[in-house]
Amino acid sequence: MKNSTIVKLSIIALVLAAISFWSGQQSYSWFPPQASLEAKLIDGLFSFLVSLGTFIFLGVLGTLSYSVLFQRAAKYDYSDGPAIEGNNTLEIIWTVIPFILVVWIAFYSYQVYSQMSIQGSKDHSDSEAIEVYSRQWAWEFRYPKNNVVSSELHLPVNQRAFLKLQSEDVIHGFYVPAFRVKQDIIPGKTIDFEFTPILEGKYRLRDSQYSGTYFAAMQSNVIVESPEEYQRWLASSAKAKRTPSYNQAYQEFNNKKSKLRGWRSIKPAEPPLVNNLSPGE
Amino acid sequence: MTNITNVAIEPANWRRYFSFSTDHKVIGIQYIVTSFFFFLVGGLLAMVVRGELITPESDLVDRTVYNAMFTMHGTIMLFLWTFPVLAGLANYLVPLMIGARDMAFPRLNAVAFWLVPLLGTIMMLSFLVPGGPAQAGWWSYPPVSLQNPTGNLITGQVLWVLAVAISGVSSIMGAVNFVTTIFRMRAPGMTFFRMPVFVWTVLAAQIIQLFGLPALTAGAVMLLFDLTVGTSFFDSAKGGDPVLFQHFFWFYSHPAVYVIILPVFGVFSEIFPVYARKPLFGYKFVAVSSIIITILSAFVWVHHMFASGTPPWMRMVFMASTMLISVPTGVKVFAWVATIWGGKLRLNTPMLFALGALVMFLFAGITGIMLAAVPFDIHVNNTYFIVGHFHYVVYGAAVLGIYAALYHWFPKITGHMYYEGLGKLHFILTFIGTNLTFFPMHPLGLEGMPRRVASYDPEFTFWNVLASIGAFLLGVSTVPFILNMIGSWSQGEKAPKNPWRAIGLEWLISSPPMIENFEELPIVTSEPYGYGGDHALVANLEHLEIDHE
Repeated sequence: MKNSTIVKLSIIALVLAAISFWSGQQSYSWFPPQASLEAKLIDGLFSFLVSLGTFIFLGVLGTLSYSVLFQRAAKYDYSDGPAIEGNNTLEIIWTVIPFILVVWIAFYSYQVYSQMSIQGSKDHSDSEAIEVYSRQWAWEFRYPKNNVVSSELHLPVNQRAFLKLQSEDVIHGFYVPAFRVKQDIIPGKTIDFEFTPILEGKYRLRDSQYSGTYFAAMQSNVIVESPEEYQRWLASSAKAKRTPSYNQAYQEFNNKKSKLRGWRSIKPAEPPLVNNLSPGE
Repeated sequence: MTNITNVAIEPANWRRYFSFSTDHKVIGIQYIVTSFFFFLVGGLLAMVVRGELITPESDLVDRTVYNAMFTMHGTIMLFLWTFPVLAGLANYLVPLMIGARDMAFPRLNAVAFWLVPLLGTIMMLSFLVPGGPAQAGWWSYPPVSLQNPTGNLITGQVLWVLAVAISGVSSIMGAVNFVTTIFRMRAPGMTFFRMPVFVWTVLAAQIIQLFGLPALTAGAVMLLFDLTVGTSFFDSAKGGDPVLFQHFFWFYSHPAVYVIILPVFGVFSEIFPVYARKPLFGYKFVAVSSIIITILSAFVWVHHMFASGTPPWMRMVFMASTMLISVPTGVKVFAWVATIWGGKLRLNTPMLFALGALVMFLFAGITGIMLAAVPFDIHVNNTYFIVGHFHYVVYGAAVLGIYAALYHWFPKITGHMYYEGLGKLHFILTFIGTNLTFFPMHPLGLEGMPRRVASYDPEFTFWNVLASIGAFLLGVSTVPFILNMIGSWSQGEKAPKNPWRAIGLEWLISSPPMIENFEELPIVTSEPYGYGGDHALVANLEHLEIDHE
């Protein structure tokens, strides 16, 4: 290779690397708020993947674009290009480098996954495990030590949250985008699930595994609050009377005024009886 | 080697396309035209889906109707468009490319095709039964797929399972035929390393059908039993295991993605050398990488279940295998780029479609590696990020690749040239439409919008409106294609044997080829893709090659 070619290629690689790094930094802003420890880890991994991906994408796209712009046949030029059938060195390089890259990605992902350890731990003697019941199409949260049933998931900030996920009919999915964690809930099993909220606020819990007619409506609020507020909420809820909560699927199913015609649906479960009734719902 | 008496009684006009023809070329066209009809049907269902999603509320159709729309959209697009259209292309091209007079089992070939209209009819009839068509998604995960609000025995879901099982039978018949044909029917001198890459990829894809489909078909039959006679393979309420179905389903349905994409890789490998006037770079690497993909594809299915009821070790093992499969795929991408590099490019319609498809496949490949990383997948699993990713594969790469193939071989198949202007218009509309529809799905997924929802929180509106506009544009983009195909087939300029100056057995014979393809079987003497070289492809038939424009 000529020296001038090497210089040119190096400059291009540097520019690409700069753009890729910049994209990786941008990628943090494409997510919902970073409301859990797991979110930090996952966003960091994604940023790395975006940088790497941008570099490869722009590198290949740039090469192709150069060919398309500058290597076109003249109108009446029916000759062939050079009869290059391959290059063993090049082919080995572009097999080995991607191999190393994916091993690197897999290793990094493995580390992140072990740090998250969202699955399976039963060792949570000092914290209360919250029971999460899912059914077509409602979420119900039980705090057994305080005898509280809620239609919203309340969690204290900066404490490991332990959930026992259960489904009473079909497979549902526990998914809070702000926490970046997700777990299918398999009927007939209790699934231990844990994560650590780190940012106070109100987030959305969405069913992430298609569960039939009112799947899209199966959402709930997640409220992350200071430990004091959390305790206060538990105490006041424990005193409140249990009443049926608002449930969108149930409302829609029983709304005879709807103009939309459809087929027969599974009947939604009765709205759960809960201690709290949050304003507006 | 086919049955000559059959040939004699076949009508030679348009009626043969509605007959039980055993000519692989007629069957190829039957497959392509039938599946394109279902492509339009599946597209219309997608328009309803995107129409509903242009606003956050569930306000265009009832939720049950919406659920039926996306279920049937996915089902039709896979089982009645992508698989059959590729079976059609392979049917038409493989015997020509290997120098055979027909497929190994012509009657089996015809039966395999005629099952497609049958299963299509069953799918369409399911719209008419009480309770409507299946509404459990194209995965039909139990227990949702086992729920039966009407209480009838014949439901949309039962018809769905039946149709999918028939599709499996048809595909297995096709696979037996393709594999046998490629192993046993090659012309003299056509060694494995003289086969065009399209033939390699069809072989690789059809081997997947052979080992994968039995799992899906078994899963479908067990589901049918659970639905109709009260067994409890998958019904958790009766002690069954719904996750078992997911394993059966994905053991086939992930490799099925390679059944789709491998022949499209084959199309790329045929088209780039012709329009860049250079040999395929690293032919043997590209050919062998298809077989490596086939082998690895059997060990990646759990990556669809990273957020399902799977233990951590299983997630890690399948992350590693999924990462590995990107290596042979990367080899192909780099080989195509190197083929194009330094060539003498001609950007006509097939080349434009192939280039567009390659760029979108590259994007899909990169998001695919991201998805293989378990921690990231846990966030975006079952969100619109996945929908965006796989539509870049099945629309961006596969549909555009199929369009590229249809334009490239159109003169060979019909004996007429297509209209270049309409073709380019079709490309521009399709390329813009595809990106406008499917790119916005990535940010939606990152922000946490689940797939399969009929309504969503207002924060997701912006990207959804863009995606819906893109989808309607894609609907419009098929109009110039249909006009082009009908117009040029009936009115187009007569095509010579080899309008693209391409190297390959199919370009040595008349357009369209005669029945039984070759007057005398070619004797192959060199590797394919000899652009810029001077070695002859065949020892006989040489006089035919002078027939350039």
